[in-house]
Amino acid sequence: MLAGSNLEKVINSGHFAVTGELGPPKSADLTQLKEHAEAMRDYVDAFNITDNQTAIVRTSSIGVAGVLIQMGLEPVVQMTVRDRNRIALQSDLLGAVALGVKNVLCLSGDHQKFGNEPGAKGVFDIDSMQLLKAFKDMRDEGKFIGGEKLEAPLQVYLGAVANPFADPFEYRVDRLEKKIAAGASFIQTQCIFDIERFKRWMELVRERGLHKKVAILGGVTPIKSLGAAKYMKNNVSGIIIPDELIERLQGAANKKEEGLKIAIETIQQLKEIEGVAGVHIMAIAWEEVVPEIVERAGLYPRPKL
Amino acid sequence: MIIAERKPLEEIFGMLAPYGRIAVLGCGTCVTVCMAGGQKEAEELAAAISIKRKKDKQDVAVEAFTIERQCEYEFIDQVAERLKKFDVILSLACGVGVQTLVEHMPELLVLPGLNTKFMGYPTEQGVWAERCLGCGDCVLHMTQGICPITRCAKSLLNGPCGGSSEGKCEISKDTDCAWHLIHDRLSRLNRLDVLKEIQPPKDWSSSHHGGPRTIVREDVRLASGKQS
Ligand code: SF4
Repeated sequence: MLAGSNLEKVINSGHFAVTGELGPPKSADLTQLKEHAEAMRDYVDAFNITDNQTAIVRTSSIGVAGVLIQMGLEPVVQMTVRDRNRIALQSDLLGAVALGVKNVLCLSGDHQKFGNEPGAKGVFDIDSMQLLKAFKDMRDEGKFIGGEKLEAPLQVYLGAVANPFADPFEYRVDRLEKKIAAGASFIQTQCIFDIERFKRWMELVRERGLHKKVAILGGVTPIKSLGAAKYMKNNVSGIIIPDELIERLQGAANKKEEGLKIAIETIQQLKEIEGVAGVHIMAIAWEEVVPEIVERAGLYPRPKL
Repeated sequence: MIIAERKPLEEIFGMLAPYGRIAVLGCGTCVTVCMAGGQKEAEELAAAISIKRKKDKQDVAVEAFTIERQCEYEFIDQVAERLKKFDVILSLACGVGVQTLVEHMPELLVLPGLNTKFMGYPTEQGVWAERCLGCGDCVLHMTQGICPITRCAKSLLNGPCGGSSEGKCEISKDTDCAWHLIHDRLSRLNRLDVLKEIQPPKDWSSSHHGGPRTIVREDVRLASGKQS
């Protein structure tokens, strides 16, 4: 055990893990977020808290994580390298762990030009690979990036993201291998709509035996409407939405139900793919459907460990 | 070279509004080549200022002239007396030229006519692209001649990130993903192993983040310039 988090226990015991994503609001009023978290309580093993996702200012990931911990829920704190330099990132890791955070997910972060502060200075002092390695070294070597020693040992379960839909495709498995070497114990992937491409990626992952070294949680996003699907297809970089999926939604009388069905089918397919250790459900702005998805995908009840 | 762009005319007119005798001083090096601040641009701008003032029924005396480089004292000295006759100098040099003028002739009032953009080169007639950030610790040997610090929107050292799609950067379909270019180049040279190593955090103290930089070369310094 690296940190003894619930997520780590679920993964290590070989259960198909389920995590859910929560996006903090553009205010310090967490009433609605808490309601969503409460509704998902028994349906996910841990909650990912996004870090100013798409570069939009929101309540901090660590702040929300602290609130979840008070509620007896387990957060996965996302940390991007866009807004903080190595001093702040290392300090925030210590602060998060002091608050009781056990899972941290390291990522680059969307460029600031996409957000509501496009004039912001992007920090990018270190990259996501270096962040992972830094946090691993803090935990395993008791050392900061600069070489100084931590004054006490640190326990944290580290994750990273992988995007099998980004290019160059061949490089995406190299990158995964690199992230494992840098310290990732679990991986959450970009939303999977193009399951065939995901399967090809997983083949390459298995060829190198990487699925035995890291727990891969496939990203699933239920699509709420045809407009949302088209928007993602055309505007969100790093997401591939096949035309057949758009057509399927177009042909459906009840788009919401069809969107749910697609998500549930995706999870069922993921369960069948050798080396997939779980699912990460990102129902941003549609959090209330997570329990239904988990139940209908046959992943309820969650293991109590 | 240094690439610059003329400031919007309205901004320039606004800056110059209080002054009657104006010199538009071109610079004969980088900004001449990138067509932002050479003699031709200085003359055009001087004409635009005159027309604007005439339209507004205000008197003005504008002259346009150019020196080889505004970033060296010896060239400034060639026009020092002439510059003193004006209320204001609108410099069409890069930011370095403007500051060199002010440091060498503190009595002058010097305003910038350009926005200094970056170090780069013309990829085609009329298109200039950034290629160097001056980070002070070149990594081009690792990436085989493509700078990730400058050309990757996140200055990643372990790229490409998850936003790279079909060779383009997540910030725009018009921007190449630097790491895709690097990947392709390394692949061609059979050096993809470079991408497998975890590159450690960069020491940014060699860049501007370490504070304003100065290079001192004792071997080429003149004795008279040395400080005790
Ligand atoms: S898409 Fe490529 S150039 Fe753009 S930030 Fe990512 S790695 Fe850098």
